Amino acid sequence: MTTMAYEAPATSQTSAQARERALGRFRLGDRLFYGVALAAAGLVLLILVGVIVSLFVGAWQAFATYGFSFLFSDAWSAPKQMFGAAGPILGTLVTSLIAMLIAVPVGIGIAVFLTELCPKGLRRPIGISIELLAGIPSIIYGIWGAYFFKPAMQDYLQPFLIKTLGALPVIGALFAGPPLGYGVLTAGLILAVMVLPFITAISRDVFETVPAVLKEAAYGVGCTTFEVVRYVVIPYTRVGVVGGIMLALGRALGETMAVTFVIGNATRISTSILAQGTTISAMIANQFAEADEGLMTSSLLALGFILFVITFLVLAAARLLLARLDAKGAR
Amino acid sequence: MASLYPARKRRNALWMGLSLAATMFGLGWLVLILGALVGQGVGGLSLDLFTQITPAPGSEGGGLLNSIVGSLIMTGIGVAIGAPLGIMAGTYMAEYGRHSRIASVVRFINDILLSAPSIVIGLFIYQLFVVPFGHFSALAGGVALAVIMTPVVVRTTEDMLNLVPNQLREAAAALGLPRSIVIRRIAYRSARAGLVTGVLLGIARITGETAPLVFTALGNLLFEWDPRQPMSSLPLIIYDFARSPYAAQQKLAWTGALLVTLAVLGMSILARALTSTSAPK
Repeated sequence: MTTMAYEAPATSQTSAQARERALGRFRLGDRLFYGVALAAAGLVLLILVGVIVSLFVGAWQAFATYGFSFLFSDAWSAPKQMFGAAGPILGTLVTSLIAMLIAVPVGIGIAVFLTELCPKGLRRPIGISIELLAGIPSIIYGIWGAYFFKPAMQDYLQPFLIKTLGALPVIGALFAGPPLGYGVLTAGLILAVMVLPFITAISRDVFETVPAVLKEAAYGVGCTTFEVVRYVVIPYTRVGVVGGIMLALGRALGETMAVTFVIGNATRISTSILAQGTTISAMIANQFAEADEGLMTSSLLALGFILFVITFLVLAAARLLLARLDAKGAR
Repeated sequence: MASLYPARKRRNALWMGLSLAATMFGLGWLVLILGALVGQGVGGLSLDLFTQITPAPGSEGGGLLNSIVGSLIMTGIGVAIGAPLGIMAGTYMAEYGRHSRIASVVRFINDILLSAPSIVIGLFIYQLFVVPFGHFSALAGGVALAVIMTPVVVRTTEDMLNLVPNQLREAAAALGLPRSIVIRRIAYRSARAGLVTGVLLGIARITGETAPLVFTALGNLLFEWDPRQPMSSLPLIIYDFARSPYAAQQKLAWTGALLVTLAVLGMSILARALTSTSAPK
């Protein structure tokens, strides 16, 4: 198509030239389009590199000043110019842990209901409703948490926990203190609701990949629905479910607005999950815009860097697990 | 020996009951949150909302005009950058490098960016656009939104282009069409609803984003057109006013929250309707 091997007759000289020119334009357009597409794909990579590099450069002053002790100190005071990351890091991990403890069983439970129990006609509406929970912006969870959930925690759940679990010997320390309404537990519960739809959506999708034959065989030998789920569906889809859980964990770790409203924003570490706390993201949201130049800004950027590294690892693990499942499904 | 059947049946009933309870639990939260939004927000819907700017602390009345306009401007900037970037990157992955190494790396990174904490994206843009210029600006906010939107569009574009049957491309190539024209005239056209869905999902995602705007666009109680200046947006004003001690501002926060939620849920439902009726099968 590119070269003309024959001598064009004199009469069609002009049309051959026109053809050549048109092909040239096509080739140029082709190359341009390819170049733009490749550049766009490259830019996506560049964003990731940019995030890591810019945060690390900004965080360098804090890392250079404190070294590894930055990770283990919970002192955070702007007047004294002392900054340590232990409080927010611990808060991030504990709120996410609480969220996962609740969201994992509930999320999988909903997926089981949707795939095994739910009447066909209700599947779509219920599935979509659960997905709407994921669509609600986090700021809405925040304002709702502050105005409705926090008072409810203060009046009902927290006094109840203090009276029952708080009176127990060892774990009582976890539930000590006055019922303030806000605190680590409140934030964890809101996070649980926020990440629930992610676990449900992925679990449901992977549950649906279980070949009907396998389930029918199990039912055929007399298994109950619970036994089919427990011994056929979940073992078959374990990797996918874990991938979904990791994905939800990645979300929970980085969630900002919902947490900021209800966690109370205290940098001190407390043993009680009813006490106020903070997370990395809440800390940045609260303090970054007003932070003084220098060490405080750098410390907040360092927190951002740490958060990004943690979520990167969790999300990468999630994607690798899910990719393994895709490969299995394709076979 | 006693029969195992009753015990197994009881166990089954217990667990299935729990899974039903889990579903009720999930749906219950949705009802509670949407109920609160409507209950608190509907009262504030009025013409003033769209014609007045945000009130100063302690004063009565006022609306959300500057925040609504700010949201539209910054979302506009985000879409203007994020949509073409995402579509082109998705095109590369689906059309050119479907099985290449670079495409699988980009896919992996894109999937991570898709769920990366948005506040970290805000920090990144702060370092990139706020520090060098010395002040907060709507432009920086818009770019932050673009960075958040892009992975959503990339993912959807790639998925939708992958659904276009290869025979269509082969037929077009057999007619002698160059590759870029095959993509633009054949693949894009048959995946059009899917591409629009991707952009809609991207807009839905950034409409409610607050964290990346707090220290890029910052917020502004006055009316502002100029994208080089700090600007308000609906999520930012909700963030401010929800923590305000004044009843008038709190009420506006709830009304803003209702507006944002309706916009976001409306767009996600529209996107879903588009793909379920006309996606390439």
